[in-house]
Amino acid sequence: MQHRLLKYLRRELLPTVFCSGCGGGTILNLFCHIIDEMNLEPNDIISVTGIGCSSWIPSPYLAVDTLHTTHGRAIAFATGVKIMQPDKKVIVIAGDGDLAGIGGNHLIHAARRNIDLTVFLVNNNIYGMTGGQVSPTTPISIKTTTTPYGNIEPPFKIAELVAAAGGVYVARWTTYHVVQLKKAMKEAIEKIGFSFVEICSQCPTSYGRRIGRHEGIDLLKDFKANAINIKNTSKYKKEELENKLILGKIVEKSRPEFVEGLKQINSKVKIKER
Amino acid sequence: MKRTVYLKTLKNQTRFIQGDEAAASGALFAGCNFFAGYPITPASEIAELMAGELPKVDGYYIQMEDEIASLGAVIGAVWAGGKAMTATSGPGFSLMQENIGYACMTETPCVIVNVQRSGPSTGQATKGAQGDIMQARWGTHGDHEMIAVSPNSIQETFDLTIKAFNLSEKYRHPVIVLMDGEIGHIRERIVFPDIKKLDIVPRKLAQEKCDPFGGMKIPPMIEFGMKHQVHVTGSTHKSNGMRDVSTKEVHDELVRRLCDKIATSRDEIVMFEEKFTNDMEFLVISYGASSRPSKGAVLALRKDGMKIGLLRLITLWPFPDKIIKKCSARVKKIFVPEMNLGQISREIQRFCNVDVIPVSKIGGVPHTISEIVIKIREAVG
Repeated sequence: MQHRLLKYLRRELLPTVFCSGCGGGTILNLFCHIIDEMNLEPNDIISVTGIGCSSWIPSPYLAVDTLHTTHGRAIAFATGVKIMQPDKKVIVIAGDGDLAGIGGNHLIHAARRNIDLTVFLVNNNIYGMTGGQVSPTTPISIKTTTTPYGNIEPPFKIAELVAAAGGVYVARWTTYHVVQLKKAMKEAIEKIGFSFVEICSQCPTSYGRRIGRHEGIDLLKDFKANAINIKNTSKYKKEELENKLILGKIVEKSRPEFVEGLKQINSKVKIKER
Repeated sequence: MKRTVYLKTLKNQTRFIQGDEAAASGALFAGCNFFAGYPITPASEIAELMAGELPKVDGYYIQMEDEIASLGAVIGAVWAGGKAMTATSGPGFSLMQENIGYACMTETPCVIVNVQRSGPSTGQATKGAQGDIMQARWGTHGDHEMIAVSPNSIQETFDLTIKAFNLSEKYRHPVIVLMDGEIGHIRERIVFPDIKKLDIVPRKLAQEKCDPFGGMKIPPMIEFGMKHQVHVTGSTHKSNGMRDVSTKEVHDELVRRLCDKIATSRDEIVMFEEKFTNDMEFLVISYGASSRPSKGAVLALRKDGMKIGLLRLITLWPFPDKIIKKCSARVKKIFVPEMNLGQISREIQRFCNVDVIPVSKIGGVPHTISEIVIKIREAVG
């Protein structure tokens, strides 16, 4: 008997290409559970991804319409998709290099517009597919292949950036906190407007290996040890929160959605027949 | 419904409009229902008109954060069932190159208008030029073909924009309307057609689940929402759309087919206009804005008794090599007025054994008739 969730995958392509210990499989697994538990019709989901390991989570494994775009541009492509098919759940999955680096401009502008996209940014703190170069979310002082003397650039707090840019649902969880992460992903999919979940994920091959965490499980243990729920931050001094993972829902609010606005314009513009 | 009602109201109406407005109007008549763009001189008027007109035909306009995003949104909209266009000028066209390659690779029908301005870089932002001819052909990386057309009047801009949509749908390929700043900004008379009498090529969609990326020269599209779980990728892919970046044969077959579908249809795609070529001893070849003073120069020289003909290229890519070979066999010299330092004249030289003399002019001012006449007289002696 085949597993009940296999129907959501392009089975002929399995097994996945992910390295052992990668967080990508956990996220794909969660995605299947979410489709099942939310009773989503797979044909009502359009998945848009960029370039990089994280973009390979749904493209091509998830058996939905999948648009695997150029590097960094998933949100721009998804914007066109959503405008033409507003009834579909348009879900972007890509990595930190893709969405916070080369595609950072599209991320903040989509949040500002409040277009009804769901964005899952899989943050493994590194350019994994290209072999471990520093990314906009690599912590300070970390040695990568392109920061051999240690990273001197402070990382983006990417979820907070999206919240500041206007995202209406913003949360951060890790691949260790799968229960909370799944709940946040569901809330993000349900939320009308620009919703965003930063998924801190492990890359033992290109990141962990260089910081003395050779196995995926080592990084997961770090996620557990460094986690502080956003609800509890008041219990800590500011300096105690540095280098910690502040997890939970950062923003949930409502404001007018972009495609709805476009449709309202169209209904207002009347044509007189000659 | 709203579309036909609105466009019917324009039937047989005469307007005095800019080339930019004609490109936007042509797009509306062709059925364009999505435009994503970013402001840039001298193409901004296209976006402005689309922003005002698209809601009248139940279409959507969006101003993106840059030109990369603009073409990205256009490609996304096409896969979601839209008929889509963007418009820009040199700097924006440079930014679009990666996604133009994506559109070639994923066989996404879309139209890109480039109202060329003087470059390189910011150049003379408000001055027209024809400096992006080779970029249109070779700007994106990797082996590929390209379709690009170059109008020389306002009416033709309207007609060629419709044609560009038709070619893009027929060949599942991006099509570039290579205008120049002069054609973008001059005003001329135009008559809108009867929307019902226009030939519009509909998108070829798969009737049942099939391979949307191979199996035939131009496979039918499977759009999102057709319940066939299509996978669209710019990576090398098999005919079913699934990524295969390691099998030599898969890449070879895909890229050769993508090139062949355009290259083997050259004769169907290529458009040109011949004048006074029956008795010619000399020939002027030009296109776009510079073809206008070229025509004036040919008329003036013929008045003086010189047997000189005019070949105006309407399609620039695929290159009209056949007609150039045919014409060049009958003349002593070929003159090529263009607003760059010889982009098309070099290409012409590759196909003929006679002297090809560039009549280049840059600096943002079009050729005058007398400049071309003088240059030709000097060379002919």
